[in-house]
Amino acid sequence: MIALLIRDLRLATRAGGGFGLAVAFFLILCALVPFGVGPDTSALRPIAPGILWLGALLACLLSLDRIFALDYEDGSLDLLATAPLPLEGVVAVKALAHWITTMLPLVVAAPLFGLLLHLPAQAVPWLIISLLIGTPAMSMLGAFGAAVTVGLRRGGLLLSLLVLPLYIPTLIFGTEVIRRGQEGGDPATPLLFLAGITTGVIALIPFAAAAALRINLR
Amino acid sequence: MSIWEYANPVKFMRSSGAALPWIVGAAVICTVGGVAWGFLTPEDYRQGSTVKIVFLHVPAAMMAINIWVMMLVASLIWLIRRHHVSALAAKAAAPIGAVMTLIALATGAIWGQPMWGTWWEWDPRLTSFLILLLFYIGYIALWSAVEDADSAADLTGVLCLVGSVFALLSRYAVLFWNQGLHQGASLSVAPGERMSAIYRYPLYLSMLGFFLLFLALLLIRTRTEIRRRRLAALQAKEARA
Amino acid sequence: MIELGKYSTTVLAAYGVSLALLAALIWQTWTANARARRDLEKQENRRNG
Repeated sequence: MIALLIRDLRLATRAGGGFGLAVAFFLILCALVPFGVGPDTSALRPIAPGILWLGALLACLLSLDRIFALDYEDGSLDLLATAPLPLEGVVAVKALAHWITTMLPLVVAAPLFGLLLHLPAQAVPWLIISLLIGTPAMSMLGAFGAAVTVGLRRGGLLLSLLVLPLYIPTLIFGTEVIRRGQEGGDPATPLLFLAGITTGVIALIPFAAAAALRINLR
Repeated sequence: MSIWEYANPVKFMRSSGAALPWIVGAAVICTVGGVAWGFLTPEDYRQGSTVKIVFLHVPAAMMAINIWVMMLVASLIWLIRRHHVSALAAKAAAPIGAVMTLIALATGAIWGQPMWGTWWEWDPRLTSFLILLLFYIGYIALWSAVEDADSAADLTGVLCLVGSVFALLSRYAVLFWNQGLHQGASLSVAPGERMSAIYRYPLYLSMLGFFLLFLALLLIRTRTEIRRRRLAALQAKEARA
Repeated sequence: MIELGKYSTTVLAAYGVSLALLAALIWQTWTANARARRDLEKQENRRNG
């Protein structure tokens, strides 16, 4: 399992692996928002947490098809499926690798990009915490979507259509944490909901994703 | 004689063909009767004539949710017992459910305009239905994207399972996110909160009509899918010969 | 003609949209079924004949 994780990490960081592209996309998105809504602090500040969450979500979405597509094309996914490691474990490791290579840089970059959007300082810790807790669920759900669409020729658009509705609860609770945190309210309730969703997703989605992969590899 | 005998496509075609004229007839009578009766009810003193929209809005909303539940059950039967008719019934139900959701949303928007002064409000119920519509669209898109029929049935079955969990989760997340304008359940069992009888009975008839309409459309669409499947099998056989 | 009061456009629009959607669904179901039946019959005749 660890060997697989290291292999995936190495592949992602190698040239052409697309490492860092998600962060660049995230930056462009955050830079474009003020052009759309105007540079006013008063206009940007209330929407900053939502934009940052949406940006992370879209950046995640763009990188999802890489989770399984390359391994499917060169046949190593078939090898992984027949390996002694259960396919559920493969899915979990792949999602973890995606999280480390794509989502973790986003979490680190989010406070910086928050400056561009005039995110208030007292919201920054909540932004980091909520993203840290919420993004693993996004990686795992994305792995499920990628597993469902792996064999399809025009899978990209379908993948977004399937995965985005699944992100709604995470998005709602994630932005709610920041909103309450920055207004001085009690962010514990949405935070617990967010953590509950993430742990539930990590526990259950690998089985669904592995089932989808087995169907596609048949 | 068990219920599983209907999982045989030939048997299903025969019995559904025999039952179909009756169901279609009953569906037409109940739907037209319920909606027309609803249209002729007197005005509500508070909502004016807009109260008549309830006879479309509530049955469509009810069916939108129940059709998803039916798809979930059919998908489970397919995943566990591998009955093809079940998978095809789930496929056949999805567009009906999507149209029901669309009717509920459209009538809701048109109704909301004079009542709340806005076409759309990010109210928990409205938002949940929008999310439900997204799930229906994703499900239908996945069916049409996968070429191999059995794989498509399997994948959509898994998606339906995961989607059901998340549709439910979204429902509660949305409730948490925004408290809304929408009134509570229209049909409450608690005395004193019930609608008066002149509205209740046409509503019951209309709901029955929408259910029968769904049943009739579902049977026809499932029969279409079985025929298409058989046609594809025959063509494959001919190509091999 | 039944009196709808000041909300007549609202009510009529709601009924119109709903009935149009239902009609489209029924029409699509009906034509798809007819086409599937026709194609299948053609194929079966070809096989038998």
